[in-house]
Amino acid sequence: MNIQVLGTGCPKCKSLEKATREVVAQNNIDATITKVEDIVEIMKFNIMTTPALVIDGKVVVKGRVPSMDELKQILTNKIYIL
Amino acid sequence: MNFQIFKSRNFQIALILLPIWYIIYVNLKPVTDWFIETVLGITKGAHLTEALRFFLFEFPKVLMLLVLIIFFVGILRSYFTAERTRKALEGKSTFTGNIMASLLGIVTPFCSCSAIPLFLGFVESGVPLGVTFSFLIAAPMINEVAVILLYGMFGWKVAAIYIGTGLTIAIVAGWIIGKLKLEKWVEDWVYTSKLGEGDSDDDKITFPQRIAMGYDAVKEIVGKVWLYVALGILVGAGAHGYVPAEFMASFMGKDVWYAVPLSVLIGIPLYSNAAGIVPIVSVLIEKGASLGTALAFMMSVIALSLPEMIILRKVLKMPLILTFIAIVGGGIMIVGFLFNWIM
Repeated sequence: MNIQVLGTGCPKCKSLEKATREVVAQNNIDATITKVEDIVEIMKFNIMTTPALVIDGKVVVKGRVPSMDELKQILTNKIYIL
Repeated sequence: MNFQIFKSRNFQIALILLPIWYIIYVNLKPVTDWFIETVLGITKGAHLTEALRFFLFEFPKVLMLLVLIIFFVGILRSYFTAERTRKALEGKSTFTGNIMASLLGIVTPFCSCSAIPLFLGFVESGVPLGVTFSFLIAAPMINEVAVILLYGMFGWKVAAIYIGTGLTIAIVAGWIIGKLKLEKWVEDWVYTSKLGEGDSDDDKITFPQRIAMGYDAVKEIVGKVWLYVALGILVGAGAHGYVPAEFMASFMGKDVWYAVPLSVLIGIPLYSNAAGIVPIVSVLIEKGASLGTALAFMMSVIALSLPEMIILRKVLKMPLILTFIAIVGGGIMIVGFLFNWIM
């Protein structure tokens, strides 16, 4: 699984990255996590609110930091609401 | 009629909490008085007593208003995403577009850290520059926390004045920026870079989930601002009996002609959240500052800030940033003078 965290460096973006790494580690999820900070790259996903979480090229969270439970749901079962 | 909603836990909790909120709120004043006079039994009218009474009443009152209104604002905002707002503004003529953008700026969730993606998302999909600016001015300026605090501390008239003048500034300033055709002062890469294919923004959110978003908004916003509110009201309580009532009149009174421009110039680079600035403004007014001057100071602190300008510098060239500051700052000064003159 390819996970991207989109964010220009705001505090919320950092906490989303941290939470994602924690959930991935705790649940032994096989994934590579990259942080995308370049605004031109971020705009290619056509989002207007950061931070955002992208799984295999699909935006699953934008503009907020989900709770650890919700993040686990998203990463293990791919259940999400936009 | 759909009764499914009553089975939702989030809804049941809200239904229980609302009447409790109401009972506490209407009894706040008698309970405070009873606590001060009967439980503590301290002298009525003494400076310390009145300062304590002010704090013990104002702080819970303002905090309760914040919790209730932020909850509903959180639910309301779940209907206004940035994508929908953009869709509504695409290809809108100026002026109508400026009015719509300013109104949507109030209700669309906005954080200054998202200013750049939002700016790019608007401009690159064809929302006119001036209309985009109306949004970018209204969104931070008409801040829900500021509106609630103004309502709680000064009543609905001042809150309405603040919303009305803030909207007017956002509409007119955006319209002027549009008329001036300043696209040349937007960084060149903005118009050449392309937005990716967007994911469809179809709405699968259920009403109980929107209620949950209301709870989240309360947790996030009230959790962040309560300390500033407490500090601000504490300063207010301290000044209540101890600082002479006309102390500020000679600096920020009605008759000091340079007070408005000076307050705005000081306020522009300052950065504070609304929760911290409103209680301080209330102290200024109580100690003799005129409403227009105090309002202008508050607006310039909230609407324009150095950190935001630095963020915007990524997409705007310097002349446009300066024009933006000059037009919005000028608008705020006009509001200040206007209120000093009519009140």
